[in-house]
Amino acid sequence: MPFLYENRQIVSPGDLLAEGDYLAGFNTFRHDEKIFASRLGLVELRGKKVDVVALNTFYIPVTGDLVIGKITEVNLHGWTVDINSPYPAILRTPEALNRPFRAQQDELTDFLSVGDMILAKVISFDRTRDPNLTIHEQDLGKIRFGQIVKVSPAKIPRIIGRKGSMISMLKDETRCKIIVGQNGLVYVSSRDREDERIAIMAIKKIEEEAHTSGLTDRVTELIKKERGGVTQ
Amino acid sequence: MTDKEKVKEKVVLVNEEGIRTDGRKVTDLRPIKLEVGVLGNADGSAYIEMGKNKILAAVYGPREAHPRHLALPDKALLRCRYHMAPFSVEERKSPAPSRREIELSMVVRKALEPAVFLEKFPRTSIDIFIEVLQADGGTRCAGVTVAALALADAGIPMRDLVVACAAGKAGDKMVVDLNDVEDKEGDADVPVAYLPSFDAVSLLQMDGQLTTEEFQQAVSMALEGCKQIHVVQKEALKAKYQSIKEAVEVSEEE
Repeated sequence: MPFLYENRQIVSPGDLLAEGDYLAGFNTFRHDEKIFASRLGLVELRGKKVDVVALNTFYIPVTGDLVIGKITEVNLHGWTVDINSPYPAILRTPEALNRPFRAQQDELTDFLSVGDMILAKVISFDRTRDPNLTIHEQDLGKIRFGQIVKVSPAKIPRIIGRKGSMISMLKDETRCKIIVGQNGLVYVSSRDREDERIAIMAIKKIEEEAHTSGLTDRVTELIKKERGGVTQ
Repeated sequence: MTDKEKVKEKVVLVNEEGIRTDGRKVTDLRPIKLEVGVLGNADGSAYIEMGKNKILAAVYGPREAHPRHLALPDKALLRCRYHMAPFSVEERKSPAPSRREIELSMVVRKALEPAVFLEKFPRTSIDIFIEVLQADGGTRCAGVTVAALALADAGIPMRDLVVACAAGKAGDKMVVDLNDVEDKEGDADVPVAYLPSFDAVSLLQMDGQLTTEEFQQAVSMALEGCKQIHVVQKEALKAKYQSIKEAVEVSEEE
């Protein structure tokens, strides 16, 4: 039996997607010779692989992901970070300081304290232990200015777009610095508050209409319209 | 006691034409209205109206399990709270969880458990809240149906949507989807929760007495009801996104 749906059709958990010689991709599972959807989303067939692009998800850390988090706790040898995930992340001192940590003299809150936002990278996670973060890389570390928008982690690929088409358009059109955390937090910063407002509006629109086609054009239009209103 | 006097008067549950107290035929379900994503604070939510039943479900998670010692090392902890609002029934119900509610919380949880991929999220908890705003019989079934939708809305991976429906015997006739009067005055009630894609039953209870044949008939009637509700359930889930999609894509064409 062939593939039972058209590409980009909405499917719900338990829907039979394909039967026979197919591979179960994202958000699907195999039972006997059948492939079912496990999440509400848009179905896509790529070659022999059946994927469901989820419409709503939560963030499960993956090694190498860039994330934006908030310090929730200062411990003896590091910080606990809320990364918008079921699993709280840990940032240990060797991953934050560029010199040995001296417990006698150093005060952890001098570097990061509760409530600080950080840009970090996930260095390890396997579900049995909480994820570890690092800020030992260029551009990582404490976020000092700008704004942060929260979106559903499912919409992150859409904000980036195919080969970064959406995000580069956003950066050009809004003249903002935009960093997308894989965990659903997006950092937006510009000298002009108005630029930030427009960028946030555009991101919210992408989130809401992520599952529709022709979105890049519509967002470009929105930004141009908003900007037109300001200069007039 | 006026209540006892009422019981003595024999209520006609199914008349000669096979019409029930609320005007349905024996094989008819009550009218269903389902809505998804009704609560802003919850990760997933849904609302059902099934006849006079009005039930709200909210799902939170997966999230860190609190208290910590309850967290399971190999899978997520599924917690469920079924609760009836004080105003959901004619005589005020104490808001404190009663024996019945505690049991139903467990029953609903066990009906949903086989459908959720709990093993994908160890050490976390998934919390389901089912709030009965107005009760008219068959709330556990409606509760399962609406909770499954809320779980799917929260983006929690599931094997299937769970759907539940009851059948039973009232006024010496086999009927599907019993309402409050049929439940109380009738002879038996068989709630069934069902996973349609796998043709599997995840909840089967019986209250009252039935012969073997009657029981088998009740189960098959309940399953038939489940399949009908499942169609509505899937539509409701997709409707939330379909409407946005249609709205923008139509404006595109203009």
